[in-house]
Amino acid sequence: MKDKTLKSNLITYGMVIAAYIVVQILLTTGNLSSLFKGLLVPLCVYAVLAVSLNLVVGISGELSLGHAGFMCVGAFASAFFSKCMQNIITISGLRFFLAILVGAAVAAVFGVLIGIPVLRLRGDYLAIVTLAFGEIIKNVINIFYIGIDSNGFHMSITDQFSMGMEPTGTMIITGPQGITGTPKDSTFTAGIILVLITLFIVLNLINSRDGRAIKSIRDNRIAAESIGINITKYKLMAFTVSAALAGAAGALYAHNLAALQASKFNFNTSILVLVFVVLGGIGNIRGSVIAAVILTALPEMLRFLSDYRMLIYAIVLIVMMLFNWAPKALEWRERYLGRFFKKTVKEGK
Amino acid sequence: MAAMLETTNLGISFGGLRAVNEFNMTIEKGELYGLIGPNGAGKTTVFNLLTGVYKPDTGRILLDGQDITGRSTIEINKGGIARTFQNIRLFKDMSVLDNVKAGLHNEFTYSLFSSIFHTPSYRRVEQQMNERAMELLKVFELEKHADLLASNLPYGEQRKLEIARALATEPKLLLLDEPAAGMNPNETQSLMDMIRFVRDHFDMTVLLIEHDMKLVSGICERLTVLNFGEVLAQGKTSDVLNNPQVITAYLGE
Repeated sequence: MKDKTLKSNLITYGMVIAAYIVVQILLTTGNLSSLFKGLLVPLCVYAVLAVSLNLVVGISGELSLGHAGFMCVGAFASAFFSKCMQNIITISGLRFFLAILVGAAVAAVFGVLIGIPVLRLRGDYLAIVTLAFGEIIKNVINIFYIGIDSNGFHMSITDQFSMGMEPTGTMIITGPQGITGTPKDSTFTAGIILVLITLFIVLNLINSRDGRAIKSIRDNRIAAESIGINITKYKLMAFTVSAALAGAAGALYAHNLAALQASKFNFNTSILVLVFVVLGGIGNIRGSVIAAVILTALPEMLRFLSDYRMLIYAIVLIVMMLFNWAPKALEWRERYLGRFFKKTVKEGK
Repeated sequence: MAAMLETTNLGISFGGLRAVNEFNMTIEKGELYGLIGPNGAGKTTVFNLLTGVYKPDTGRILLDGQDITGRSTIEINKGGIARTFQNIRLFKDMSVLDNVKAGLHNEFTYSLFSSIFHTPSYRRVEQQMNERAMELLKVFELEKHADLLASNLPYGEQRKLEIARALATEPKLLLLDEPAAGMNPNETQSLMDMIRFVRDHFDMTVLLIEHDMKLVSGICERLTVLNFGEVLAQGKTSDVLNNPQVITAYLGE
């Protein structure tokens, strides 16, 4: 049992590292189109998001539709940090590392604050309220104006001119236009490292005392309580760790863009990540990474098909769904592809 | 010496229905005690009151001399009561071993930091947990199924796993809700031996709800009979089972 889990985890890490090496080889030999180069960091962002959401949806068993909200908080907190520190910390690697930590920490705080009221609910109700909180976060950040001048920080929630800033001051967050000119610190290597760290945290957490407690609540709440497991504590733990990782993904995302706008972190983004989780297999961490990569890269790679692009994308979604969840397909997989897929079928959910 | 469990005037109503009324029961340390009665008599409600799922309207519960009335389920479990359920409640998507290890949650601890970084203390404590869990599984002859998902176990084995999980929390008092339900006579016989073994080996006090009269008369030393939420009879098993009132209300002429 122990060895099997370890082996499965090593395969997951190995897969990510192998992908990294292949891409690096393609980059140095110049075989990668500029389109695909631009996709490398978003691929990592979505892989991290999918893995972190799987912790809530698959392991803790609660449907959360507000994941983009935590990503948004992490993105803005880290971009804000980098803008302020741009001239103070000149080593970009160190600054970016700290920015990711800031993004993760602020998102974790929001995870706790939102988790405490939200986790009292269950099932559909919880999904609706997380959806609402995700939208609230996005809309609140959308109206913030923050600037800095020689007197320190100025803030407003109406417009730029009511802040009473000196003309020499600089804007950091400009309402709906968001943050512009964030240092472009994100690299593919940093992204892969973040994916590996995320996998490390999530996989280790699952295979521990705390992970067992989280899974036991998912499987049977009443029984978990009867053996002395604190439901609120462990639900909140899963939710907060997931929020922190989404915040880190947000930081990676923010430092890849010239202009960061809150409106990007809407309901569609949350659903997109949920689609990765469901199609990769609920509770299947490796599947989340694979699904995120395929489904992010596919629409771009199908560009040459122009009009048929979205049609093929939709068909792939349906086929993946059937392949992962239809009882007959599972049976078929077990019988013919047993050697390769047995493990995942067992782990799935 | 205080009794292991003592309830005085325990009662609860659901709306207009008095589900349990004036329930008095004393269980001594190391006893095998039975709670019987017709369907809907309030037996499982008594279990839910004892484990804090419901809070009693009236009365007090003393566990080993300590007042546990109104405490939460988690506190009561830490205080020393563990239970099984009438409709099996296993962690069905976790392995058999992990089910028992979940039961060990409060017996062996390490920090969240250790969980994430798998520090040496994680490895040491997990090792101890594995050993303890395998010991418990051996008692119930489940050790060969340790890696199986709990939902893939046969029904009778699932009941045994539930008992093993409850024992993992190191209780003083074990509540079994219809442990023999759905078992064939052979399985019931081996279950009886196991319950006796658990009592002797773990120094346990056991309170069980059961409809199988062979099991009840075979292992219970004393009985309480409930009927419509009221205690109908109480005392030595042989006396209670020959009580004419009990025979009309429950056993049938």
